[in-house]
Parts: sequence; C-alpha cells; structure tokens
Amino acid sequence: MTSTKTPVTLEESNIESFLRMDRMPHIWCAGCGIGTAVGCFARAVERAGLDPDKVSLISGIGCAGRAAGYVKLDSFHTTHGRALPFATGLKLGNPELNVVVFSGDGDLLAIGGNHLIHSARRNIDLTVICINNFNYGMTGGQMGPTTPIDARTTTTPYGNVEYPFNAPYLLAASGATYVSRWTVMHPRELERSIAEALVKPGFSFVEVLSPCPALYGRLNKESKGLDTMHTYLKRSVIRNGADPKDAEIGLNGPILVGKYVDIERPTLWDCCKQVFDRVKEKKSK
Amino acid sequence: MSEDGILHGTFFMNGDVACAEGAISAGCRFFAGYPITPATEVAERMSERLPHVGGVYIQMEDEIASMNAVLGASWAGVKAMTATSGPGFSLMMENLGLGVILETPCVLVNIQRAGPSTGLPTLPAQGDMMQARWGSHGSYEIIALVPSSPQEIFDLIIEAFNLSERYRVPVLVMSDEAVGHMSEKVVIPEISPENLMSRRRPDVPPEEYLPYKADGDLVPPMAIAGEGYRFHVTGLTHDEKGYPVMTAEAQDKLVRRLVDKIKLNRNDIIKCEESDVEDAEIIVCAYGITSRIARLAVQQARNEGIRAGLLRLITVWPFAEERVKELAKQVKAFIVPEINYGQIVLEVERCAAGKASTVLVPHMGGSVHTPHTILNAIKESLQ
Repeated sequence: MTSTKTPVTLEESNIESFLRMDRMPHIWCAGCGIGTAVGCFARAVERAGLDPDKVSLISGIGCAGRAAGYVKLDSFHTTHGRALPFATGLKLGNPELNVVVFSGDGDLLAIGGNHLIHSARRNIDLTVICINNFNYGMTGGQMGPTTPIDARTTTTPYGNVEYPFNAPYLLAASGATYVSRWTVMHPRELERSIAEALVKPGFSFVEVLSPCPALYGRLNKESKGLDTMHTYLKRSVIRNGADPKDAEIGLNGPILVGKYVDIERPTLWDCCKQVFDRVKEKKSK
Repeated sequence: MSEDGILHGTFFMNGDVACAEGAISAGCRFFAGYPITPATEVAERMSERLPHVGGVYIQMEDEIASMNAVLGASWAGVKAMTATSGPGFSLMMENLGLGVILETPCVLVNIQRAGPSTGLPTLPAQGDMMQARWGSHGSYEIIALVPSSPQEIFDLIIEAFNLSERYRVPVLVMSDEAVGHMSEKVVIPEISPENLMSRRRPDVPPEEYLPYKADGDLVPPMAIAGEGYRFHVTGLTHDEKGYPVMTAEAQDKLVRRLVDKIKLNRNDIIKCEESDVEDAEIIVCAYGITSRIARLAVQQARNEGIRAGLLRLITVWPFAEERVKELAKQVKAFIVPEINYGQIVLEVERCAAGKASTVLVPHMGGSVHTPHTILNAIKESLQ
C-alpha cells in the first residue's frame, strides 16, 4: 500500500514536551490503544489552545488510570473509581483550572458509577475521557460493566450473562452536556472530539473504544491489537447526532460512533455564582 | 458578624454549629458532605455560612465522594473539611488513606453515634476511637483530637486545621452526639492570621521541585495545581519525585517518613489536661463528653478523702504514651471510662505496663456514664 501523506513524527507533534519521558517505557501492552488515546488527548489540549499549566489530569485505578503518571501536567493518580469526586473538589477549589478525568470503563462505570451519574447530573465543568476496552485489564481480564453479552473473559469462561451499560445513553440521561464515542482507529476524530469536550462548558464525556489484545482480545478472537483495529474499521458506523439509545455494543454488529449530545445547560459553577450574588444582595440590603 | 463574614463575640450554640464556625474562623473555604445524623447540622451551617466568606459548599452523592472532594479541594490550595458520623466515617476510610499517602492537609469531623452499623443514630458513643487510629488499610500515623464541649470543638477545629497544614496529614476531630447536640456558651475570638497555619509551599522553580522530598522535619513543601509545577502524585508507593516505585526499599522509606513525621513531633502535637494528679493514687483517664462526667466523679472522690485525679486526653492520637508511663509509676490504678466496650483502655494498659492496674468502665452507648458509676469504680479499685 502506498500513501502520499508523510506520517507525523513524534517530534513534529511536540508530544514529548507533554509526556514524562523519564517514565518511559510505559506499562501498556503491545497493541493496547491507551497510548493512542493519550496522544489524541495531548494534541487536543494543543488544538483547544489550553495552557498546560492550567490543565490537571485525574485518574482512578486500572490500565487507563496509569495515564496520570505519564502526562507532564499536574496529575493525580487517585483511588479506584474516585477520580471524579477528587476532580470535583479540585475544580470547585479553583474553577480556573481545566480538570480532566482520564480513566477506564471499570473504574468509571462500575466502582465509580455513582460518582459518574451524579457528576453529570450536577453538570460540573469537567471533561471525562473513558477508555473502554470491555474488561478489567490491570487485574487480568475479568468481566466488567461494558463487557458485551456472551463475550468471554477470565470470569465469564462460558460467556457473559450480564447486559452491559450503554455509556452514551447513560450519560445523556444523567445530564451530560457533551457525549461522544470514538475508537482509537479514529485518531483525528477523537482528537477533535476531545478538543471540543475540553472547551465545552459543563460535563463532557468522551468514550474511547480501545483494543486489549493481551486479555479481552485474546479470549474473543482478536489476539492482536491490529485485529481489533480491523474490527473497529469494519463495524464502526459514524453517525453524529444519533439517538444514544441505539449506541449499544454487542459482540457482533455495528458500533455507532460520533457525537451524541452537544447541548447548553448552566454549569454547577454558573449556579454557584448565582447563589454568591444572592447572598451579596441580601447583605447589602 | 464582621465585614468579612466571620463571627466574633459570645454565642449560645450547639457543638455542631460551633464546629462549623470553628472551620470558618480557621480559614476553611470548602466543605463537602453527605447528610447523616448527628452530624447534619455541621453541613447545614456550612451551606449557610460558606457563601458569606467566599467559600464553596457541596453535597456529594455519598461519604466516599465527600472525602475525595475534600482532598481535591486541598490540592487546589483551599482549606477543606467534611463532617460525618459512624457509617459515613466507615465509608471515608478508603480515601482517608489516600489523604495520608498523598500528604493532603484536611479535617475530618466524626460526631460519633452508637454502632455497629446503623446502631443508634441519634444517641452518643465513643466507639470509633480505634477506627480513627487503624480504620484505613496499611501502616500510617494519624492525628485525632477529642473535644468535650461546644467551645472546645470550636477551638480544636482551629487546632486541627493548623496541625493538618503543619504536618500535611488529615486530622480527625472525634466528637460525639452529646457534644454535637448540646448548646452552651461559645466565645468566638478574633483570630489573628499569624495564629492560622498554612502549608509550606515550594521555594524552588518547577524544574527543581520534588513533591516528596522532605527536609529535617520530614514534611515536604506542597505545590498546588495550576501554578506550573506540573507535579505528579499517586496513591501507589512513590519516591521523592512522586513517581511509583514498586520495591520494598521505596515502601520502607515512604512509610517510615509518613509515620515518623507524626511520631517524632508528638511532643508538639499531644495535648492533655490534668487536674489533681500531683498526689493522686487513682487517675481517671477520660476524653470527650465522658471526661466531664469523670471530673464530677473525681471531685466527689476528693470530697470523700480519696486521692483521685483526672487525666483528660485532648489529643487521643498520637497517644500520650510518655505521660501515662510516667503516671503509672505514681498511681495504683487508672480508671478508664469510655462509651464503648474498651478501646483507649488498651492503650492505657499498654503504657501502664503492669506498673499500675487498669480498670475499664464501659458503657455501650445510647447515653453517657453517670458520675456514680465512675466513682464506684474508683472506690472498688482501692479495695
């Protein structure tokens, strides 16, 4: 295959200045998609024109949770599922900060599920990047809240019997003002979407489907990262503005990607400021 | 109320309200909490008062989230607090540990009620004293203060913030339902800024900053988010850079420092109050609401010619080990009344080390001791 495009090198994208190079090599497996998502995030910060000194990244626990340790930002590697409430305190403590939560599907949707829906409900101005690799990678490939029904994992050796969360549908219902889903096979779209989410006031949620060849892939006939990338290419259907209800992901069939929600709603801080004004008014009377 | 929204003067208020006012006076400008009896009034008061002083109140979805939000706010450079009771305290244990390992200044108030589990939500106990010491997993050292009146809860909240900023550690204020809900006179003084401590900040440029490099006092300077330090912190065992290091050596170095920064400074931290101990042959060792009843029992004993004294623990953790060891040489017995089935008595017994006998006066909770019960124990110990 020939291409007329020159590939963008690491140097050109200036990504090294964004990473803790003294921590390389990272712990992610060959073929894992998390690194690609971190790259998209780095370029998105640049694209959105944010001052990296004012960007904080918070992670929970798990493979995606390790992202906090590799970015050269104020970065917090917190406890399992708790990145969002930690981020909530940080953002309310200093509303000038751009606070980003970068974590995995198990961290955000299972153990941190309550925090996720309530953060969306109060529409706090945070950006969540949710890596979805359909299983718990760090602990060895167990079933998680996004594992498709019938999929094999190390704790569903006969196939998964639980229905998974449809993350975009859950987040739309919970009140997020920006919801999208892309795969690491769509790096340009993903970068653009993260950049949009970063500047969008309110609660933004970007789901990133990402291969886990060593565990989920191996048990589900995609033992190479490349196999999963081919699957994404084959199964992805770009449909911006689709009804998130239709965004369910099965073991087979189409995977809807695109932007589901992009609405305006006063943020938590907007509402807090109204209270401050009310108190001030009452005082001056 | 003064121009800046801070109260001064003499008031009649309950312990929970005094707790909130103590926080406001201490410079607390962030409160995250979840309603729970008998600590709810702390949150209510904070929600009313914080907007007057430019602070933020948020009601989180649970106590796990509350504790985390407090840690996050502290890393934004804001003095932050939460208040809860037994079941909520249990939920906060997970991220109390995160606060310890990240070395995050903050204050956690527990208005204790009787447990286990839901127990007696509206009635007092002192059943979480060992949980305060050991409740989160792993080896660590913590500071816990125990107030015995609304005035003292006000005073100790200020002390708690100062200690947390000084030692970069979450500080626990272990009150109880009786103190939280009793109304008494509370004098709120004007507190001059030099009496309010703030964490030491880095004085080196970002490229030279090591988030967990401590000097002689073992407490590293703390950068806050958004100032260009671009630091990394993690709940994993880490080195001076804040980077994870998965070795026994790194674990040894970190845990030793986390413990030693409290342990080696214990003389600066520990506060006790003593009355009638000089010639005492019996000492009642009590804390919180129970110390007020113990005082009556000691007075009564003195009236009856018994040489009794009172050792009131204001700081329960770290434990006043050296003082109890000293007193053990002098007295026949320590009487330890507490509203549980024996917690702090274990510490007294350990420090007495057989030199004096130790008598527990337990009360399971739901009410407080009667002076009579403690007096009886004093008399029995002399027989």
